[in-house]
Amino acid sequence: MATAHTTVDAAGLSWGPRALIRRLRSGDEVARLITLLFALVVVLLTVLLVDQLWINSAEARHRFGLAFFWTRQWDPVFNQFGALPFIYGTLVTSALGLLIAVPLGLGAAIFLAELAPRRLSDNLTFLIDLLAAVPSVIYGLLGIFILVPLMRTEIQPALKRTLGFTPLFQGPAYGIGLLTAGLVLAVMIVPFIISVSREVLLAVPGEQREAALALGATRWEATWKAVVPYARTGIIGSIFLALARALGETMAVTMVIGNNPRISASLFGPGYSIAAVLANEFSEATGNLYLSALIELGLVLFLLTFVINGLARLLIFLTTSRGSLVHT
Amino acid sequence: MSMRKVLGFALLMVLAAAPAWAQNINAAGATFPYPIYSKWFDEYHKLHPTVQINYQSIGSGGGIRQLLDKTVDFGASDGPMTDEQLQQASVKVLHFPTVLGADVPSYNIPGVTGELKFTPEALAGIFLGKVTKWNDPAISGANPGVKLPAEDIVVVHRSDGSGTTYIWTDYLSKVSDEWRTKVGKNTSVNWPVGLGGKGNEGVAGLVKQTPNSIGYVELIYAVQNNIPYGSVKNATGEFVKPSLAGVSAAAAGAATSMPDDFRVSITNAPGKAAYPISSFTWLLIPAQIQDAAKKVAIKDFLGWMLTAGQQFCEPLAYAKLPKEVVAKEQKAIAMIQ
Repeated sequence: MATAHTTVDAAGLSWGPRALIRRLRSGDEVARLITLLFALVVVLLTVLLVDQLWINSAEARHRFGLAFFWTRQWDPVFNQFGALPFIYGTLVTSALGLLIAVPLGLGAAIFLAELAPRRLSDNLTFLIDLLAAVPSVIYGLLGIFILVPLMRTEIQPALKRTLGFTPLFQGPAYGIGLLTAGLVLAVMIVPFIISVSREVLLAVPGEQREAALALGATRWEATWKAVVPYARTGIIGSIFLALARALGETMAVTMVIGNNPRISASLFGPGYSIAAVLANEFSEATGNLYLSALIELGLVLFLLTFVINGLARLLIFLTTSRGSLVHT
Repeated sequence: MSMRKVLGFALLMVLAAAPAWAQNINAAGATFPYPIYSKWFDEYHKLHPTVQINYQSIGSGGGIRQLLDKTVDFGASDGPMTDEQLQQASVKVLHFPTVLGADVPSYNIPGVTGELKFTPEALAGIFLGKVTKWNDPAISGANPGVKLPAEDIVVVHRSDGSGTTYIWTDYLSKVSDEWRTKVGKNTSVNWPVGLGGKGNEGVAGLVKQTPNSIGYVELIYAVQNNIPYGSVKNATGEFVKPSLAGVSAAAAGAATSMPDDFRVSITNAPGKAAYPISSFTWLLIPAQIQDAAKKVAIKDFLGWMLTAGQQFCEPLAYAKLPKEVVAKEQKAIAMIQ
């Protein structure tokens, strides 16, 4: 808005009443007000959401205080509630998902944008966009019926044989657990990363490529050293979009994570995520404190996304300023 | 009768029926009895087109909350309301048992095809994480002749809050002091061991897929999906295979000591044929209903449900109320004012 006004002013428009009427008539002012209203509605919704979560979690907040964040107990019978196992499960599964999805998604995006013939690229992109639209319960069902048996009989025993000396891959192989949930999440978020990253890579100006090639770089060197760094901001953006989906994913995760509020070092162990416990226990939660503790978990998830989004902004800010130094 | 009188009578009828014409009654609560409730409300509506009962199966907890907030005319729950919840209500809430449900132990042990017998000690031990191998004497003692493997037991429980879990934990609390003091009973508990599956289908799916596992599912679900399950030793020492008859027998066994407010647990009920992991599910009706037409409709529905309505139970695989309980409930309807 501000920049639009300054350019208009620079063009020599006066701000008198006649000018205002003229601008109203031309529709600019009307459009400005309406879009401003829409923007405010979004802000208002967010504020209302936090406000409601804050009010309705009052009982649990007063009872447990900040200890809610590091208490490991979740016991509806004896009214002991703590968020730590759920925060742990949410972060571990999301991190696992990203760990697998980022290299995969970025690699695929580079192929589609830089190396593949245009027609192949367009067709594949269409399929990938379809993947992004599949409802999460379908991913959950595929997880239960195909991935879980495979994990139990093949993947987990193999991991145990090769990497079993680390605490990450120990314990009984149930098939379900943190690792499986991370894998399902990876499959779910990879289309976001590919789709957005491809668009960003395609938007990189051709000169960037040509300059690198003219300096004698190979095709891969031009892509990796000139094009990808230029598109870095957008790629990071796509990763955080994917992360946001992973943090809030409910259905697919609850179907394969094992739903046990335990903090196990082994990725084979069952876990629990915030979104999953909310979906599971909210409808049958009877006590006031129980309900309020569940709502506070919702607040914690909001806070978690807020902090992670903030970090993403910071990262983008830091890399852009460094990037611009490199490129100018 | 003269034409005039007939016309006048007809007019009177129309006027009398008019206020009841838009008789919408809203209810919400338990999901487990939803199939029979929707059948009942539907059949009752066919008989009384003026009365429409809308039921939302949002879960027992939600049903109790909405009743306390007075956003529904009556609620429904798989577990009786606690004293604390009853005190929060602005009017007295009456419990009316409607049908019965039961939980069955379902297992998957490669090589074991026969039906297993479970003692209360074995079930409590397994779910407490103390009995960890299938060939533990606590299990094998009741199953002579069955070759049980020396494998680790994988315990599966419900992850979503549910009446099924309430029945299971209520039973374990009765047969094991350690369970009662350490874990307790609720729609969700802090499970000492095991994996959580969402819904009956989640638990059944996990048990089916995981070798050497055991879980609990709703009897109706197990019957309709041909899921194998074992029998459980009841309070009189008999091993009873879960069935609708066994569940009704448990209710009849408990009927003699039934408190006047019907808030009774019938797990581990006396009686030779009683299946011990059974429970009522309840309608929660306010004792005072302001709207006279609504009051009449609700009371009439309850009377119908207890008599003619019972014929719809067994085709939907719900155990019927024993006649002792029906008689007691019919008297209780008069308490609604």
